[in-house]
Amino acid sequence: MKKFTQYTGIAAPLDRANVDTDMIIPKQFLKSIKRAGFGPNLFDELRYLDEGQPDQDCAGRPLNPDFVLNQPRYAGAGVLLARENFGCGSSREHAPWALDDYGFRAVIAPSFADIFYNNCFKNGLLPIILSEAQVDQLFKEVEANEGYQLTVDLERQVVVTPSGEEFAFEVDAFRKHCLLNGLDDIGLTLQHADEIKAYEARRRQEAPWLFDAIHN
Amino acid sequence: MAGKTLYDKLWDAHLVRQNEDGSALIYIDRQILHEVTSPQAFEGLRLAGRKPWRIDANLATPDHNVPTTERSGGVDQIVDPVSRIQVKTLDANCDDFGIVEFKMNDSRQGIVHVVGPEQGMTLPGSTVVCGDSHTSTHGAFGALAHGIGTSEVEHVLATQCLIAKKMKNMLVRVDGELGAGVTAKDVVLHIIGVIGTAGGTGCAIEFGGSAIRSLSVEGRMTICNMAIEAGARVGLVAVDDKTIDYFRGRPFAPQGDSFEQAAAAWKDLVSDEDAVFDRVVEIRAEEIKPQVTWGTSPEMVVAVDGTVPNPERAGDQVKADGIRRALKYMGLEADQKITDIRLDRVFIGSCTNSRIEDLRAAAEVVKGRKVAATLKQALVVPGSGLVKAQAEAEGLDEIFIEAGLEWREPGCSMCLAMNPDKLGPGEHCASTSNRNFEGRQGFGGRTHLVSPAMAAAAAIAGHFVDVREMMNQ
Repeated sequence: MKKFTQYTGIAAPLDRANVDTDMIIPKQFLKSIKRAGFGPNLFDELRYLDEGQPDQDCAGRPLNPDFVLNQPRYAGAGVLLARENFGCGSSREHAPWALDDYGFRAVIAPSFADIFYNNCFKNGLLPIILSEAQVDQLFKEVEANEGYQLTVDLERQVVVTPSGEEFAFEVDAFRKHCLLNGLDDIGLTLQHADEIKAYEARRRQEAPWLFDAIHN
Repeated sequence: MAGKTLYDKLWDAHLVRQNEDGSALIYIDRQILHEVTSPQAFEGLRLAGRKPWRIDANLATPDHNVPTTERSGGVDQIVDPVSRIQVKTLDANCDDFGIVEFKMNDSRQGIVHVVGPEQGMTLPGSTVVCGDSHTSTHGAFGALAHGIGTSEVEHVLATQCLIAKKMKNMLVRVDGELGAGVTAKDVVLHIIGVIGTAGGTGCAIEFGGSAIRSLSVEGRMTICNMAIEAGARVGLVAVDDKTIDYFRGRPFAPQGDSFEQAAAAWKDLVSDEDAVFDRVVEIRAEEIKPQVTWGTSPEMVVAVDGTVPNPERAGDQVKADGIRRALKYMGLEADQKITDIRLDRVFIGSCTNSRIEDLRAAAEVVKGRKVAATLKQALVVPGSGLVKAQAEAEGLDEIFIEAGLEWREPGCSMCLAMNPDKLGPGEHCASTSNRNFEGRQGFGGRTHLVSPAMAAAAAIAGHFVDVREMMNQ
């Protein structure tokens, strides 16, 4: 997995609540059997004026000038500033894949939907929960200052504004460890293979029907 | 010491390892796979040279991309090339790894969340995962079930475990008696309207109370299915005799003595009387009317006799902006009556409402009536091949066709429009599915979530009507 230690980049404000995963990456792009290449279709229905198709070259498509990521000042943004319940809806990991492929390394919001939050960590994308007041302040500062950059320091668990103000955030110790070191969690789990086997042996006695084979 | 909730019991029974930081390794009994969220997981296994831990704990079926029109030509006849590749990739992966798959034209194929319980793949007291957020459906049987991402699909394939953190316990208790014409769908839409789309975030929601107890297992599945629309990955209903009886004779359920042994254990799958929940929400069943969503989030819901909200009366700015944006997308006016919303299409199906009970409810309403001439299309898509066969044995297909609805092959269909069944820009649809997000059912499409009976009534009238009035005629 991709490491995350510290990142500094342009912040882009997406000022709406309950951004769902259909909005982040519409369903027609989920037909891909690959993990990469979703970036050009991130926020497709908000970003373009026409209906996007899989495998289409997006270079010539009409852009929605009102959409925040289409504004030149946010070009190359790496931190997405969002509102409450970001990533609600489906379990599609294509949502963090699309954000990552576009170039985002972190998303800051007052709250995230559970599955999306979880999926981010598997892809080196850091979801950061700050209070509503702090997020409000960041929205104001970003909108008022062109070229506004944020630094995200995972080791110290802080978001640093250009003026040096720091906002601390929480992150699970295990997830932090995996992100800082770019660890593959399947490999980590397999280190406990003996415990899994011991569990299976015990459970097989208690509830043998759960070990009946799914068969044709 | 306080008693345990049902969720506590399920969690404890599956705990393989508890880490000091609160994360844990939990054992997964069953995984269901479909074509959309599995290809990258299989690819990951191959790249790392890993083998599935317990191959016979998995079951696969294609559902999201499959056409629902005549498909005897098989996968090669799927018109959309990317859809075709995705279905073929699932077939190839299952063949390669030796995973049991109900392929597109297998009579047991269908929507993962209909097929799992129907086959007895899902069992009370089991853990069930699938790369699909509506896996919460299976919690209706006292199983710990939730959606996972593709990386986790790969993790479960490789280790039969999931890295998880214990959720909070939330109880939504619905007491009293539901009125005639008020269904499980109305109950869950009402609940989401009360607690909001993030109301259950971080929680496992147990649905309890006399109104939930009195529902059929199918109705309970509809409720748990939409727990995720309230932000909760997990929905649960305690086991009772209805749950246990449901599994008798199901292909993958235990049989004979083994069934009796299992059934005895399943009786304990209820929250203890003295269990403590982190949050409790109480709702009176009598207050629930047939529901219709007007906006672009499932919490944007009102009773059928209500009106579209007015942003001027929203209270705060963020809410008002949200309402304005939704009204614009939906092409609706503030204070407009719900019954004045005219429809272009009707969709009866999806993992929320495509089981036999749903089809019976819809058929009862349309029987002897005709679909409104103003409607472009009214689709009925059964949840599985077995549901389809049962409906045909009961003559429901003829009732639908006679009334002017289309009778289709099983799949996810217009719920998310990954196959050719979709809305055109600006079209309004009465849909028995679960999400009314922008573009969900097709680019620019406008979704209104309702129960099967309400969708059927809307198909006849061409606009929303209170199904209770139609039932009295």
